[in-house]
Amino acid sequence: MVKWLEGIGNDEDVVVSTRLRLARNLANYRFPNFMTDDEAEALTDEILNGMKDNVYDVPYKFYRIRDLSDIERSVFVEKHLISPNLAKKLDGGSFLIRNDERATVMINEEDHIRIQVLMPGLNFEEGWEISSKIDDSIEGKVEYAYHEKFGYLTSCPTNVGTGLRASVMVHLPCISMTGHINSIIEGLTKIGLTVRGIYGEGTKASGYLFQISNQTTLGESEEDIIKKLNRVVQEIISRERSTRAYMLDKRNHQMEDMIFRSYGILKYGRIISSAEAMNHLSNVKLGCDLGMIDYIKPKDIIKLMIKIQPASLQKTVNRDLTYEERDMYRAELIRKKIRSLEG
Amino acid sequence: MLCDKCNKNTATIHFTKIINNHVEERHLCETCAKENNYLDFTFEVPFSFEKLFTGLIDSMPEDSGKRRVVACPKCGLTYKKFQEVGKFGCAKCYEVFERNISSLLKGIHGHNTHQGKVPINTKDKIVQKKAIESLKLELEKSIEKEDFERAAYLRDEINRLKEKLGEI
Repeated sequence: MVKWLEGIGNDEDVVVSTRLRLARNLANYRFPNFMTDDEAEALTDEILNGMKDNVYDVPYKFYRIRDLSDIERSVFVEKHLISPNLAKKLDGGSFLIRNDERATVMINEEDHIRIQVLMPGLNFEEGWEISSKIDDSIEGKVEYAYHEKFGYLTSCPTNVGTGLRASVMVHLPCISMTGHINSIIEGLTKIGLTVRGIYGEGTKASGYLFQISNQTTLGESEEDIIKKLNRVVQEIISRERSTRAYMLDKRNHQMEDMIFRSYGILKYGRIISSAEAMNHLSNVKLGCDLGMIDYIKPKDIIKLMIKIQPASLQKTVNRDLTYEERDMYRAELIRKKIRSLEG
Repeated sequence: MLCDKCNKNTATIHFTKIINNHVEERHLCETCAKENNYLDFTFEVPFSFEKLFTGLIDSMPEDSGKRRVVACPKCGLTYKKFQEVGKFGCAKCYEVFERNISSLLKGIHGHNTHQGKVPINTKDKIVQKKAIESLKLELEKSIEKEDFERAAYLRDEINRLKEKLGEI
């Protein structure tokens, strides 16, 4: 179950999700990488206390990284609820997750506090409002590390200033297939934006899913960072849509063939790697967005893309699987899901 | 598929390395992978991004002649250590190394001055600090004018504000 994806977002044919992340530190503690276990413990208590009367009534659940199994930790990462970096913090790492999964407060990642808000579709305005309010309510209880000139202080100088990393996950099959993606990535880099794979820094793009985010955090206000990103994303959305329309017009048969071949493999395949599955699911999602497969909601495909990741898969069968077993279970899970979606 | 290295055993370990869009794939058998430390596999990127930007400071002019090792009194981090790891140890480091950091941040972000959100507590603090400064000026003037009654009042007022800020 991926709760944060529930509900209707804007421009969901192209934008899967919007994410806002704020990095914050407390003035009186050393940064997490330099902390003793006792300090980490005291800091965790202070932050938990700060979160007590959060402005939002939605309840949160608290987890310590060391209390979770390897698989459980990775499932949180695969669902994008915590960062891969936090999952490794066995000593002092912990997090609070709001019950609707739209907000996470990570404790002792690279910074003392990382507030993350996830929204389905394109929705920077609401995402920023929620993250800023959580920020305010914590700040009411603790003393943040803040410098009059440099802004919010962070462990890594690349996050200093606003501490804000705003990003969208976009599905760009047609821009990618026509080869325009490289010039777009180049262009985005030039204007201070970064493009990465779906699981963040250093990961490969899979299923034609890309994450676009701001590169710099100092010198522009949060609103300006978001406005700029929003404008660029709008432009990318319209390019992806026009490329889809163009391909549908000029290459209708080929498109249909590609989409339904993928559908066939997912529906009947017996062994499938996660890379192969991601590609076919991407094609099928495109088919859903274009109305060729009208009985499946594109969002169900996105959810399936998360469910077939290694840890989520092993959680479903409740045991460790070898690589070969994974590929078989993955194929089985997809087959069953497609049948149930067909109704 | 045979192992890239020994060309004898079947390759069971596959790596894809992407650096600046350049994709490099390696297919190895378990033995060769072990020998080449490929199995000691962490998610860290072997190429250090930190080195890249701390490189920005390496090329900056040194203070003329005097070279002493400055360490942050709160966490003990030296600038040299920072250049190695690319991370600061605590908020105090930003004050201790302020001059270096200013140009470092300019190199990374193209700016070195924050725009945007200010913590509400801090906003009050900045106002109070400015108030203390102006009271101090007034205090000096009243001492010059030998208005000691006024000076005593101002001294108490300054102490009261300082106490509020936690400076006493």
